[in-house]
Amino acid sequence: MSDGISNNRFAIQTLSLSRKFGDLVAVDNIDLSIKKGELFSLLGPNGAGKTTAIKMLCCLLKPSSGTATVMGHDINEDPMAVKQIIDISPQETAIAEHLNAWENLSLIGGIRGLAKTEVRKRSENLLEMVGLTKRAKEQVRKFSGGMKRRLSIAMALVADPQVLFLDEPTLGLDPQSRRGIWEHIAELKGKKTILLTTHYLEEADALADRIAIIDEGKIAALGTPQELKDSISDMQVMVVKAKNLTPDAIQGLKKIYPEVEATEEGVEIRAKQLSFYEIVDCLRPRGVVIQSTSLKQPTLDDVFLRLTGKELRE
Amino acid sequence: MRFVGLAIRNFKEMWRDPISMGLEIGIPAGFLVIFWALGRSMGDESTFAPTVLVPGIAVFGFAFLLMFSAVVLARDREGALLSRLLTAPLKPRDFILSYSLPYIPLVILQIAVCFGIGAVLGLEILGNAGLAFLILLIMGICCVELGMILGLLFAANQVSGVGSVIITLVALLGGIWIDLGTIGGVFYSVGNALPFAHAINGARAVMAYGAGFSGIATDFYWVLGYTIVFFALGVFLFRRRMAE
Repeated sequence: MSDGISNNRFAIQTLSLSRKFGDLVAVDNIDLSIKKGELFSLLGPNGAGKTTAIKMLCCLLKPSSGTATVMGHDINEDPMAVKQIIDISPQETAIAEHLNAWENLSLIGGIRGLAKTEVRKRSENLLEMVGLTKRAKEQVRKFSGGMKRRLSIAMALVADPQVLFLDEPTLGLDPQSRRGIWEHIAELKGKKTILLTTHYLEEADALADRIAIIDEGKIAALGTPQELKDSISDMQVMVVKAKNLTPDAIQGLKKIYPEVEATEEGVEIRAKQLSFYEIVDCLRPRGVVIQSTSLKQPTLDDVFLRLTGKELRE
Repeated sequence: MRFVGLAIRNFKEMWRDPISMGLEIGIPAGFLVIFWALGRSMGDESTFAPTVLVPGIAVFGFAFLLMFSAVVLARDREGALLSRLLTAPLKPRDFILSYSLPYIPLVILQIAVCFGIGAVLGLEILGNAGLAFLILLIMGICCVELGMILGLLFAANQVSGVGSVIITLVALLGGIWIDLGTIGGVFYSVGNALPFAHAINGARAVMAYGAGFSGIATDFYWVLGYTIVFFALGVFLFRRRMAE
């Protein structure tokens, strides 16, 4: 146990946590403190280091340097104690395809040392929670992607872990299934510590108490969704709906405002100070018909763009 | 005893794969009948006597079981389920046990089928049938443990290729079709260094000559020793894989 980073207010603490794969630094000196009962999100694009970080915290991967504690247990020194109190719903659908939903839940309950009666009781509640009670005795290979994800989350909850890791829980799902899973995750808020990784901005925005934006293995920003948006409150975003928007017109805008993004209906322009007249004077002479303009509140996408110079898109 | 939950899952996954199960039982049963018929057709009923065929075909069947168990572990290793299971407080030996134990009923069934069909074909066991059964059972477990090693070393799509080589080697070096003493030379030395021929010779000695435990003790411990070594090696490899 590294006393230097132990603090009973926190469920998870990392100290210079790093992981290299050859020359590639997947996670680079991450320092995080996640409070007990908090729903914390690691937000970043594919390959940012989110899953590697989670794998280290779940003791599936040894850090190259640094360490972390989960509920006070050091991941390097006492991995078995960490494993006793965590569970994970991995990024891929990690279920036994030839078993039914009941049997999958029993499997996890069994390897986590629960009594059969306890597993049965909890499984009933969890199947009810994720809406799979009627399909509980079907082999899960017949389930849809959304149903498998819901079952995967239920499996992660069956042993009632103190800390729950949800690695991209809605990856590849349609919007309706995604929202369904958000509801289940929202029900858990405050009841247990949850570390959620996602590259969906709206997911982190809707669910997380705090967000760490991660890019190329490093934490680029940390705060509540509102704090992160406020951090770029000096930035204005103007949405221009227009017709006949030519590449020449966009180039013209970029000479005045470097951050110009073409959208389906026109352009979005980001800058610390925007001038409506300057924009109109730039577009009209180039034959662009402006239909409407409006100022937009900064989103987490804008935060990500500002911090990393990249966009975080699905 | 947390590994029991995983062992039950592996048992169910295995028994819910009817094609593989059918092959595991059908291959030794089919070969036994074919070779017995071949012997009668050739007029060589001593080389193809049930006491010779039953132990050899049983071990041959285990070689297929070896491949089956290796594929199941390799497939799980490549999927996400094993990652999830690795976050549970289980030790490497728990994992190897939970992947090995479910095959024991299948090993017993394979031996029983061979004994049953052998009996129909005229098998007469002069010694203790239980002793012959026991040495074959340990050989079956030994093959499953070897399957664990292959499943940890190779990807699922590689296992079938490697498994085919191993099946051929088991047949050649186990003296299943041709007695190793007749071949002699390097084949005899290598075959005797491995466990397969010892299991077959031990079971044949009990069946055909009525040998007791003292008569086959060397063969018995040879096979048991390999089983323990393969299990330990499987645990060691699993621990290394976990660390990776």
